[in-house]
Amino acid sequence: MLTAALTLSGCDWVVMNPAGDIARQQASLVLVSTALMLVIIVPVMALTVLFAWRYRAGNTAATYDPDWHHSTRLELVIWSAPLAIVIALGSITWLATHLLDPYRPLSRIDATHAIAPGTRPLEVQVVALDWKWLFIYPESHIATVNELVLPVGRPVRFHITSSTVMNSFYVPALAGQIYAMPGMETRLNAVFNQTGSFTGLSANFSGPGFSHMRFAAHSVDARAFDAWVAGVRRAPGALDRATYRELDQPSEAVPVRHYAQVAPDLFAAVVNLCVRPGKLCASDMAAIDAGGGTGAAGRFNVAALVYDKNGHETVVSASPRLTDAGVNHFVRSWCADPRPWRASVATAATTALPSRPFS
Amino acid sequence: MPNSVPSWSPLLGRLSLDVLPLHEPIILVTFAVVALAGGALLAAVTWFRLWGYLWSEWFTSVDHKKIGVMYMVLGLVMFLRGFADALLMRVQQAVGFNGNEGFLPAHHYDQVFTAHGVIMIFFVAMPFVTGLMNFVVPLQIGARDVSFPFLNNLSFWLTASGAALVMVSLFVGEFAATGWLAYPPLSGLGYSPGVGVDYYIWALQIAGVGTTLSGINLIVTIVKLRAPGMTMMRMPVFVWTALCTNVLIVASFPVLTAVLALLSLDRYVGTDFFTNDFGGSPMMYVNLIWIWGHPEVYILILPIFGVFSEITATFSGKRLFGYASMVYATVVITVLSYVVWLHHFFTMGSGASVNSFFGITTMVISIPTGAKLFNWLFTMYHGRIRYELPMMWTVAFMLTFVIGGMTGVMLAVPPADFVLHNSLFLVAHFHNVIIGGVVFGTFAAINYWWPKAFGFRLEPFWGKVSFWCWVPGFWLAFAPLYVMGLMGVTRRMRVFDDGSLQPYFIVAALGAGLIACGIGAMLVQFGVSIARRESLRDETGDPWGGRTLEWATSSPPPAYNFAFTPLVHDLDAWDDMQRKGVARPVAGFRDIAMPLNTGTGVVLAAISTVFGFGMIWHIWWLAGTGLTGIVVTAIVHTFNGRRTHHIAAAEVAMIETARTRQLAPATGA
Repeated sequence: MLTAALTLSGCDWVVMNPAGDIARQQASLVLVSTALMLVIIVPVMALTVLFAWRYRAGNTAATYDPDWHHSTRLELVIWSAPLAIVIALGSITWLATHLLDPYRPLSRIDATHAIAPGTRPLEVQVVALDWKWLFIYPESHIATVNELVLPVGRPVRFHITSSTVMNSFYVPALAGQIYAMPGMETRLNAVFNQTGSFTGLSANFSGPGFSHMRFAAHSVDARAFDAWVAGVRRAPGALDRATYRELDQPSEAVPVRHYAQVAPDLFAAVVNLCVRPGKLCASDMAAIDAGGGTGAAGRFNVAALVYDKNGHETVVSASPRLTDAGVNHFVRSWCADPRPWRASVATAATTALPSRPFS
Repeated sequence: MPNSVPSWSPLLGRLSLDVLPLHEPIILVTFAVVALAGGALLAAVTWFRLWGYLWSEWFTSVDHKKIGVMYMVLGLVMFLRGFADALLMRVQQAVGFNGNEGFLPAHHYDQVFTAHGVIMIFFVAMPFVTGLMNFVVPLQIGARDVSFPFLNNLSFWLTASGAALVMVSLFVGEFAATGWLAYPPLSGLGYSPGVGVDYYIWALQIAGVGTTLSGINLIVTIVKLRAPGMTMMRMPVFVWTALCTNVLIVASFPVLTAVLALLSLDRYVGTDFFTNDFGGSPMMYVNLIWIWGHPEVYILILPIFGVFSEITATFSGKRLFGYASMVYATVVITVLSYVVWLHHFFTMGSGASVNSFFGITTMVISIPTGAKLFNWLFTMYHGRIRYELPMMWTVAFMLTFVIGGMTGVMLAVPPADFVLHNSLFLVAHFHNVIIGGVVFGTFAAINYWWPKAFGFRLEPFWGKVSFWCWVPGFWLAFAPLYVMGLMGVTRRMRVFDDGSLQPYFIVAALGAGLIACGIGAMLVQFGVSIARRESLRDETGDPWGGRTLEWATSSPPPAYNFAFTPLVHDLDAWDDMQRKGVARPVAGFRDIAMPLNTGTGVVLAAISTVFGFGMIWHIWWLAGTGLTGIVVTAIVHTFNGRRTHHIAAAEVAMIETARTRQLAPATGA
């Protein structure tokens, strides 16, 4: 009802009147929790005003009982009334938190439409950069900066990371936010139910360019979406690793950009902090560690693992010693290890390390 | 200067003339004002030959009452600084529209909101509650001082040292531009290479040591120094809340110290606790800082709950309703405050079960909090409520705080939090509980205990002007923020694209202006009251018809608080004594042993400031000398055997006889 009132009043309360099913359910939780608490808040406020007025010193007609300080019955009410509300709200919370878990694949398009079996969600990879957003559409091998276009009525699964510091990926009209964190991937499942143009932003402070870290989020019908994809495919640029590294440099209020092609595995390389040539991917390092580590040879890893602790991309951290010969030496020192389990790890590492496409 | 690796020299570390903000006119003007005002103050103190008095009567004092007052003064001064930051933000956000960049560049604006948060929590709210506890607790339990008076003095000066470092950062170098909790990797060396975060770290570390020591001190005081007969369940509610708060301090501040120490290691020696590299985990920092941060919220609000309990009972002329349930509620909140920290980051990607757990524990806290509210309500029921200023603030608190509590529970529902987190709704929520709770409570407490501290009441007219500016001002400033939060507007923004938001920010700025009037009126209230102190004088020691022991002694109390340690037979001991007609002892006085003043606290804190400054600027010889100085001074002080002096029985008799004469007309009339 409140939602309807807000809509009619013409207010653009996007959080309360969103265009996506997930955000709508979250908004209704805001309303339900408010209503539940008003059950107790309104009487408390009314009683406060009533008692404050009625028992003012000037009103000698009111009862004055300076020794009355205990009532078991009242105490029971005092503790059990909020408890009842919390039990109700807690139950709703438990259910809603599980149903609206951002990692959980959607089960419905909206209140009346279940998802047709076999529907695959649209995958979108999101990278928070200083200070703009990169969106990669792996199915169509395109990418955009500061523009997110989604087909209405189709579930979307976001894979979210950041290149530098923490951000929070938030399209208020679509769904609640989730942090974008470097070296990690978070997920968000959502769907647009209405077409329209909305705003997306970073909700977590990320440095000087933070205020301008906004993007347009368009919800369009399927045909318009296909047309848009085709249009981006005709764009001149390709997002290879070198281009990405240029894009990764800090910049503010960046206009929309389109890339007709994207280097495969770019997103995985971003998550694993190894876009730059010569870098050892965090996942590879984890695999090596899981295999027992490399012992003393591990010291060669250090330079290949430094990412941004001395400033993002500002210090050339790959040490001069880490030439191809150095890498080879380090890999050979490993393969020479007589322990048999090392061999498989080493093979994995040698294939993982050199010569990535677009590098 | 920002975001560039600075040069270093052995003598001056990273210091050079470039670090002075000579190119930033706003800071230069601020500096000029601070320098002029500070210079005038120093000149006045010198002119009136007050240095000796201040040094021997205040700075080196180990009297808990004076230390309490000094905490309040520190809080008030820092409050003016923190509020100036708030005004800057409000004006910047009111004009930063339609391509207008406003008057604050990003680097400055980001420091302003960081400093605002840090100052308001660590150097305003904390000194206020610590000051109140320091002043009131020993009086309420019938003690002559805290357990460790020198430690108390040291704690205060360490807090002041932290505040001094924050103030220095305004003019020498920069402050952190990371948000008040300095999340890495943004606060790591890679993204904040300047000294801003180092100022943040060392200011909090030094002040944090002070806070922890003060927490230990007050716990021991409450446990060991209660007057005979004052069992745990006869302690005034304020003492209970103070005890729980100090337990929280002692259990949570070490976490803050540890997490900042780890961040320092990352920044100073290149470890990888919280970096993106080498398996560092910024998420661990976020967890640890909130394991301190959430109890911190209750550290601030619990003593204020105590304040309201005292005031409601006194001004309703009634015993507090539901004392036992009030105590249990306090203890339950204390325990639960440790199991809710994750609600500050539901959006970090935890599983649904984890999020639900922390959401529900958060809601559970609202049960004891609600019980407290009902208890105040039923204390007013069948009372005779006198609307003096403390009670006015209390009613304003009750009506304001419930709204803040409600929005807090909304934020505790994880899916709702996903759309409200980091929004202006969140900002409005925590200002709703901190201003509506801690700030209103502090003002209530100041009006309530001022006569006890200084012997005269605060003038009510300007107090009421302040009240009527503050309360509507608060709602005017923060209601638009609630609304904008529901419009999807997030925090820490400097400029906006959407011009339709501007009216809301202008209203919020007007609200801040009204609050400024409230602050001004309060300062006038203090000035007018001091000027008219003779007509506002309180001869009785109990101007409000109080119920607890602090009202049993004179206003201001003598250095020894009570000539004889009172015997407690009931809750509301002073009320009980009056009912039973217990006579004030007028003879048989003995020598009273009291702790001796010492300048060691001032010296240790001063050296700590120098040490911190050396660490911040990488001036290793200075930091090393400072650290050595701290250790040597502390060791030397342990050999100082002159810790106590005796107030002779004759002197006690003289003071008490004067008090008897003072009381005579009151009782005779």
